[in-house]
Amino acid sequence: MKHQYDPALLRGMTQPRTRREAFRIAGFSAAGLALAACGVEGQKAAPPKTDAVQDYWAKQTKHGKVVFANWPEYMPEDQAPLKQFQKETGIAYEYKEVIQENAEFFGKADPVLRAGQSLGYDIVVMTNGIQLQHMIELGYCVPLDHSKLPNFAANAGAAYKKRAYDPGNTYTIPYTSGVTGIAYNTKYVKEELKSINALFDPKYKGRVGMMADAQEIANFGMIALGIAPEASTEADWQKAGEKLKAQRDAGIVRKYYDQAYIDAVSKGDIWISMAWSGDVFQRQLAGEPVEFYVPEEGGTIWTDNMLIPKGAANPVDALMLMDFLYKPAIAAELDEFIQFITPVPAVQDILKDKAAKATGEDKESLDQMVSSPLMFPTEADYAKLHSYTKLTTAQEQVFNPIFQSITQA
Amino acid sequence: MKRLTPYLLALPGWMWLAIFLVVPMAAMASVSLQTGNAIDGFAMTFSVSNYTDALSRYSTQLVRSLAYGGAATLAMLLIGYPVAYWIAFKGGHRKSMYLFLLLLPFFVSFVLRTISWGFLLADDGILFGTLKGWGLLPADFHVLATAFAVIAGLTYNWLPFMILPIYVALERVDPRVVEAAQDLYASRTAAFRRVVLPLSLPGVFAGVLMTFVPATADPVNAQVLGGTSNTMIGNIIQTTYLTNLQYPTASALSFTLMAVLLVGIFVYARVLGTENVLEAAAR
Repeated sequence: MKHQYDPALLRGMTQPRTRREAFRIAGFSAAGLALAACGVEGQKAAPPKTDAVQDYWAKQTKHGKVVFANWPEYMPEDQAPLKQFQKETGIAYEYKEVIQENAEFFGKADPVLRAGQSLGYDIVVMTNGIQLQHMIELGYCVPLDHSKLPNFAANAGAAYKKRAYDPGNTYTIPYTSGVTGIAYNTKYVKEELKSINALFDPKYKGRVGMMADAQEIANFGMIALGIAPEASTEADWQKAGEKLKAQRDAGIVRKYYDQAYIDAVSKGDIWISMAWSGDVFQRQLAGEPVEFYVPEEGGTIWTDNMLIPKGAANPVDALMLMDFLYKPAIAAELDEFIQFITPVPAVQDILKDKAAKATGEDKESLDQMVSSPLMFPTEADYAKLHSYTKLTTAQEQVFNPIFQSITQA
Repeated sequence: MKRLTPYLLALPGWMWLAIFLVVPMAAMASVSLQTGNAIDGFAMTFSVSNYTDALSRYSTQLVRSLAYGGAATLAMLLIGYPVAYWIAFKGGHRKSMYLFLLLLPFFVSFVLRTISWGFLLADDGILFGTLKGWGLLPADFHVLATAFAVIAGLTYNWLPFMILPIYVALERVDPRVVEAAQDLYASRTAAFRRVVLPLSLPGVFAGVLMTFVPATADPVNAQVLGGTSNTMIGNIIQTTYLTNLQYPTASALSFTLMAVLLVGIFVYARVLGTENVLEAAAR
């Protein structure tokens, strides 16, 4: 869940591209101007029928090629796991770090998929949340053939097979998970923080960073009020909104951040901030004075998921690669680099063995990883972690304005 | 046939405009009057309330954008005019080098430059950290996350678009007309005010247009340099469009912004007198 903006994208968004996109969304060609008045087609998809899924997969064949679209810093630089895949299966891969933010990625993909065209990717990775929900609702994901996912069945942790946002892993399987908690700079904050209330403490006036994302900030507003986000109602959102508005009006919040929060915390522009676990872990390894904790009142857990977008050219190869990443040895190699939470529990033992055999600095960092609650949360850690609110389209139109009126005043 | 040739030659240009400007604008106008959501689809309902709702909800941000854009344009004019003047009249044979230097930072991406400002202006960064270390600034002093930072960022990012047109206008001023003015007993100030300034107005006019419009609509500076109450209309349109998928509201806001800017430019052109400006340019 890295909200790093691609500069070219931001520049693109300031330019007339939006108008062209609006044009495509309206779904008509230059010749069909008259159609404009008819509006944009609804795309709501019915759940897939089992036969249809089987028929679809029966027609597909292996092409010896797969295109994987992922987030930055989500694959070792030498791409060893992918090379191994190519060696074992003979399938050539293309790996593209093109996803920087869910909303932006969905905003770009929607018109293409809506027009029935292919994105040009066979696997894409998206965080559970509103956009992934839209992908599923709009029928933009190919239902997975679980008979071709033996490694997932054998090696995925039980929790990763029961996802509220995609029951039965019909469309997605997890790539990695992470925790939203709180980071603080120990150069400025001299006490050990434990509570979510640190974010609302007038003592840190003007030095607190909150996230701009409506769901993230809503979750923390609700957790601070003792409300479980996954079971929240409109009244809860209003209450959370009031709490967060009071926090802003008291001048406690300096700014509502995207991915830039982590730089602001390590530079000392802000002292305390909502944060994503893996970011902080990487900063700690770089020797920066940042601490991360999951508030005792609770934090949130999110999952980045692999899915096959509608119209993908090589679905069989894509499914093979998705399953390959669930081999424990491969998952361990991946997790050692990305340092978020792996959906394969066996990885912990593999890294432990590796740490036992390693020496010096390698051993130190491996030991640190194996014992880190940010990479291998315990049952007690998991118990404190909430999921995102699942919103219907109608709810979303109530939910978003409540929180955006705070972050975008 | 001969009479048609110029039109035929212009055809690709017209086609370009038609396909990439007129058609998308028509589509956006249509979308701005529809209602619905991205999941169930949008239908044309000629809902003018999209405009009134968007305006009443985001009028603060719209007014703020115009104020920030205006302030940045004014700052650019105050900074840019003397620079253009200096290069045009005192630049000598190094003129092109100065112009190149002026443009050099702009070979780096716009967003990266804005983010670098974030580093430069960090609370304990190289600039303020040092000054605070010397006790020249209170420990709480900060520029980031304020309106000042956003306006300064806007000013920096579009400055060359102000300087270049003014430079082009000043460059065309014949030094002999200034000499003539002085021969006729005009003081240096009077010569500037009555001769050079009017001749440079077309450049100022173009410079203001080229900077005010993008500065007002920009979402990047507010996002990178702003704080909790510096959101501009560009940010709202971006969120409405990409995050909320409220294409009609986003389109309505874009049209409103465009209309407000057009009216502003029209008033500005009337006040400054386009005819005078164009006459000066023609001379």
